[in-house]
Amino acid sequence: MTDTVRETAGETEIPQFPGVRAAKCPFDPPPELRALQQNGTLAKVRLWNGSTPWFVTRHAAQKEVLSSPKVSADVTKPGYPIHTRAFGGGGLSFILKDDPEHARLRRMVQAAFTVRRVETMRPAIQRIVDDLIDQMLAGPKPVDLVEAFALPVPSLVICELLGVPYADHDFFQHNSKTIIKRTVTPEDRAVAFGRLHEYLDGLVAQKLDDPADDLLSKVAARVEDGELTREEAAQMGVLLLIAGHETTANMIALGTLALLQHPGQLALLRETDDPKLVASAVEELLRYLNITHSGRRRVAVEDIEIGGQVIRAGEGIIIPNDIGNRDPEVFPDPDRLDVRRDAHRHVAFGFGVHQCLGQSLARVELQVVYGTLYRRIPTLKAAVPIEEIPFKHDGQVYGVYELPVTW
Amino acid sequence: MKVTVDRDKCCGAGQCVLLAPDVFDQGEDDGIVLLLDAEPPESLHAAVREAAAVCPAGAIDVSEDA
Repeated sequence: MTDTVRETAGETEIPQFPGVRAAKCPFDPPPELRALQQNGTLAKVRLWNGSTPWFVTRHAAQKEVLSSPKVSADVTKPGYPIHTRAFGGGGLSFILKDDPEHARLRRMVQAAFTVRRVETMRPAIQRIVDDLIDQMLAGPKPVDLVEAFALPVPSLVICELLGVPYADHDFFQHNSKTIIKRTVTPEDRAVAFGRLHEYLDGLVAQKLDDPADDLLSKVAARVEDGELTREEAAQMGVLLLIAGHETTANMIALGTLALLQHPGQLALLRETDDPKLVASAVEELLRYLNITHSGRRRVAVEDIEIGGQVIRAGEGIIIPNDIGNRDPEVFPDPDRLDVRRDAHRHVAFGFGVHQCLGQSLARVELQVVYGTLYRRIPTLKAAVPIEEIPFKHDGQVYGVYELPVTW
Repeated sequence: MKVTVDRDKCCGAGQCVLLAPDVFDQGEDDGIVLLLDAEPPESLHAAVREAAAVCPAGAIDVSEDA
């Protein structure tokens, strides 16, 4: 190969992001992107629009970038590596804004998600999980675990917390699913967003008239005090409702499938009554599955040096947590699912001030689910071969669309 | 060991409370970090160092000289 050819080849070798997972390894990040980690801390990837943002491969550097004041999460800033042609604009409250605006909004709802507050919800979450398992056991089999269990658990919990009627779950689950599809058209995404926004705005109006003991009523009270506009309140409601059920639902179904594929690990969970082991399994599954597989995204607002390389102001940066969570420097033998390992340093919830607001709630929900489901249905198994299970390759968030199970 | 927290930086992730509940808590009204013990006993030093390391906002400072 001549030098010219090699150079040309080098240019075309910039891999596409998001990438394609290997058919036989549905739980592992795309091999082509994973390979970039061996070459260095920084690489380049190519997006849907032809742009080539930086790609931060190592766990330590990811934390460094995500906690740096020299980067912005503002999707409207030039150079921001936009997810899809349907993405952009705002509408998701504080997650696509910078401080101080981000902190102002986030702090209005933060108290509802503290470790201690969420811990008081554990008995109610346990009841929800037990009731749904009772219904599954009393119903026909096989059954789709996503529909019968994985989606209802977090939907019931977030509805209760926010004060959203669970009877509307088909409506909000369907529109949320549309919004986070990578393949959605800008028109369809706007329609789904509009519907959810209108729905939440109506609920905020209701809570203004007739406040209840729920988070949406607290948000509505801020509107009354003049601290929030109606628009901001509805946006916050949309964010909390989507983020509150989609991600956890995916962790429940995909986590169960991963455990069914690793029977030894599943047996450890099924046979333990040690809450520490269950908590450890939650952290490990968060690390190993890292369902937010579209990368955290930022744009540099000042020059920033990472791994000996200067990223210039205005350049886009992708921080793929799924790859960071497979960094062998932090997690030895990173491709092995090991519920007994200490995985708490994972970056599945992101890092920096945008780190997941609902992480404590997600932890408790997953601890109750993983600590209950396999003990109560010890013979739980997939009802179809793994090749027939539809994975969310086209989702901003990874998971499975269906998981037929029997016992 | 001397621990300080920066309540302006804190983003309420709560990881410090999970790791060292005797040293850190979160305010009931705002979810912001509360320091319960600025000079924790040696048995908690490792957990406190870990809390500082995983704090996403860099809001916990640990000085080992004191």
